[in-house]
Amino acid sequence: MNDIAPTQAERAEKLQGLGCKRKRVEDIRFTQGRGNYVDDVKLPGMLFGDFARSSHAHARIKSIDTSKALALPGVKAVLTAADLKPLKLHYMPTLAGDVAAVLADEKVLFQNQEIAFVVAEDRYIAADAIELVEVEYEALPVVVDPFQAMAPDAPILRDDIKDKMNGAHGPRKHYNHIFNWQVGDKQATDEVFKTAEVTTKDLFVYQRTHPAPLETCQCVASMDKVKGELTVWGTFQAPHVVRTVVSILSGIAEHKVHVIAPDIGGGFGNKVGVYPGYVCAIVASIVLGVPVKWVEDRMENLSTTSFARDYHMATELAATKEGKILAMRVHMLADHGAFDACANPSKLPAGFVNICTGSYDIPVAHLEVDGVYTNKATGGVAYRCSLRVTEGIYAIERAIEVLAKKLGMDSVDLRMKNLIKAEQFPYRSALGWEYDSGNYHVALQKALDAVGYPALRAEQKARREAFRRGETRELMGIGVCFFTEIVGAGPSRHCDILGVGMFDSAEIRVHPTGSIVARMGTKSQGQAHETTYAQIIATELGIPADDITIEEGDTDTAPYGLGTYGSRSTPVAGAATAMAARKIRAKAQMIAAHLLEVSEYDLEWDVDRFTVKGLPEKFKTMKEIAWAAHNNLPPGLEPGLEAVNYYDPPNMTYPFGAYFCVMDIDIDTGVAKTRRFYALDDCGTRINPMIIEGQVHGGLTEAFAIAMGQEISYDAQGNVMGASFMDFFLPTAVETPKWETDFTVTPSPHHPIGAKGVGESPNVGGVPCFSNAVNDAFAFLDAGHIQMPHDGWRLWTVAERLGLHA
Amino acid sequence: MPKVQVKMTINGREVEALVEPRTLLVHFLREQLGLTGTHIGCDTSHCGACTVDLNDMSVKSCALFAVQANGATILTIEGMAAPDGTLHALQEGFRQMHGLQCGYCTPGMIMRAHRLLKENPNPSEDEIRSGISGNLCRCTGYQNIVKSIQYAAAKINGVPYQEAAE
Repeated sequence: MNDIAPTQAERAEKLQGLGCKRKRVEDIRFTQGRGNYVDDVKLPGMLFGDFARSSHAHARIKSIDTSKALALPGVKAVLTAADLKPLKLHYMPTLAGDVAAVLADEKVLFQNQEIAFVVAEDRYIAADAIELVEVEYEALPVVVDPFQAMAPDAPILRDDIKDKMNGAHGPRKHYNHIFNWQVGDKQATDEVFKTAEVTTKDLFVYQRTHPAPLETCQCVASMDKVKGELTVWGTFQAPHVVRTVVSILSGIAEHKVHVIAPDIGGGFGNKVGVYPGYVCAIVASIVLGVPVKWVEDRMENLSTTSFARDYHMATELAATKEGKILAMRVHMLADHGAFDACANPSKLPAGFVNICTGSYDIPVAHLEVDGVYTNKATGGVAYRCSLRVTEGIYAIERAIEVLAKKLGMDSVDLRMKNLIKAEQFPYRSALGWEYDSGNYHVALQKALDAVGYPALRAEQKARREAFRRGETRELMGIGVCFFTEIVGAGPSRHCDILGVGMFDSAEIRVHPTGSIVARMGTKSQGQAHETTYAQIIATELGIPADDITIEEGDTDTAPYGLGTYGSRSTPVAGAATAMAARKIRAKAQMIAAHLLEVSEYDLEWDVDRFTVKGLPEKFKTMKEIAWAAHNNLPPGLEPGLEAVNYYDPPNMTYPFGAYFCVMDIDIDTGVAKTRRFYALDDCGTRINPMIIEGQVHGGLTEAFAIAMGQEISYDAQGNVMGASFMDFFLPTAVETPKWETDFTVTPSPHHPIGAKGVGESPNVGGVPCFSNAVNDAFAFLDAGHIQMPHDGWRLWTVAERLGLHA
Repeated sequence: MPKVQVKMTINGREVEALVEPRTLLVHFLREQLGLTGTHIGCDTSHCGACTVDLNDMSVKSCALFAVQANGATILTIEGMAAPDGTLHALQEGFRQMHGLQCGYCTPGMIMRAHRLLKENPNPSEDEIRSGISGNLCRCTGYQNIVKSIQYAAAKINGVPYQEAAE
């Protein structure tokens, strides 16, 4: 019998567990148009809501006349701040400890701000009716430049808090100031800068951009007045938090609020927050007693529901002549728009931006962040970058290039000299983080070998000489980036959302026949959780992944969790999944011992079964144990085979990577062509290499878009420029470079399966890599730091400024 | 608003309905016929999530009124699999080559690729990239979408699929 029994390896392969390039479960419905997204939800009697929005960036509202809109046949209601005020819902709390207007109250603070919510029989009538809402404004002076926001004579933006000189994060210096946040040792850092042999100082501007998932933000709210229960379907990256917030705001008990996040068409941070559309749809459904749907259009999405970055970072490094970095000093001015609705853990007003010492052993550092209000849209979400990590890594990775040039060193040599060494882990950074694991030098060397770095520099040297001789009009740039991410928010001692610790959860139930349903507190928006969580369970429990159903997003059935953003699903809910599975395996071992009539200590785990030590023919498979768990248990053991785990991670995880970009820039057109892009990622244990590669491709494409063209800009009157796909750069298949991916594996020592998370690494590493390539192309002409985005017009302008068109 | 009668063939079935003259084809498909596989991503015809096949052309159904499609023959993502449930080569290709993540652009992308392969059964990589440049994807970076279409082309042409060296 043993001759034909499958080998251990064959049994393991059948499970499609950890490390398997398992095809995605989700694709079966998505490729057939059978996904279920929010706008697909259609309920009997459902109405449709739409917003009348401000045409001004800063104005007093003198009057709002909704009578013509209300008179339009098919219009059921028009809500304004006056209607919400008695319910105390005209403002809502933000994640950052501020409040944000749901509907503009007396004043508008940014263009396209929500003023009135029209509810009509269909979306066409609603669109007609918003045109009939008449608003009379008294224009006020506009502030769009964060550097001017705190001028002594700057216009007062937030009348509601102008006299409140203590904000959610301490004292405010000015009526347009939000917070001052400092980390590190200021005195020691200043001392080093006073005496350092070499110092650099640059202002790196990380422009305002937007996550722009292909599906916009939307919801359907349905109040059942008979049962007193509210159901909300929505594009929610964090459905459980939304339910808590809705319960607090509405006064409806949390168990009577049902929040469902169905399939989500991309999130990238855009769908973390609570927006006025959700609140208004809920209020309208409560008032009218029928379901109300709200679906924002693309212009509304780009100009109102969140933005990302808008960080202005004065970055300094101090070093020896030999290139040993001694200190880092950074001041960041953070433009958070009209309300501070930044999506960070509540205690951390600038997220994890204090990862800005990057991958380097920098003995002392000091970081200061000032947040200010301007007449721009509210938000400040992590656009695929954990939480303000990409800003911090952009600062250090640009600064290191500037320092290398000043020292006359190759920037790779400078990095090699300062990278944290393998033996230094766990490494405590000067700004307070404890990096869990890394093997940076090995990763960088592997990348250097893969791209043939010395040959690239030799080619660049030859081409620069040819350029000087007038033989070519192209500049070759080599972009380098070595980044460290910080993901998996997070340990509840640092991280909470409105007081709820940032744990996550998994609940696993094994059925009598050995199939499984498991539910988590996270919510996939394309990350393929249905595929990959099943792989973790498959390996832990020896049940084939195909026999495991993963469910998320329904707050009635899934255990409470903090959702999916900041690459936290694998580090936190993935850990919970493994831990819950291990509880089940421990119980299974007791049952197996009972069935085999041996002590449980005489058993060992073998892929999909418990085997009696030394007697491999005596075993019970997990499937057999599952059946026994429902009818043949050891005396005193409760029936069933299920477990739940709430996982509060002991630390964050720290993925890292080495990226290289080779680019040619035509100085006469400004067109930059990426010849090659190589990305080596180390995300610890790799659950599904196919999906990891896909995430890296997608993240790099977003990084390319951000570095090379994306911007949400405003004119001096606060008009938002480029809030459509005509103007906002989303690369097509034609512009998008081809990606080469590679990896090393340095498991996280504290994560149950050693996994670290990967989704955001390519954005964090990719943006500085592209920007470094552009800057490197012009570096030999002493161009100074060139700000993003590096679109053709701007690069042409750089060439013009340098006199290259003469 | 007075309604107009329209008649069209959708996924092989004759459909007759009353629509408002201003109803967009995509809303007609999604809301009146319940064919929610066709998605809306931008409302301005840039993203291609709403792409369907109309009289053997790729059209963005958010940029067309339903009345303009009167008499037309339309194929949407729901009509791609065989009646017995067998997936179309493109549907299989997108799964095999990991050509999708959130799935929102996928129906439009598959419908565009379907027409592309009808017009050019053996497209080069550049021809594929240019051929799908009216369809935006935010998740995949297109690299695996290109492979998915190459996989489908090989399958339709009855030749073994060979992944190009990177």
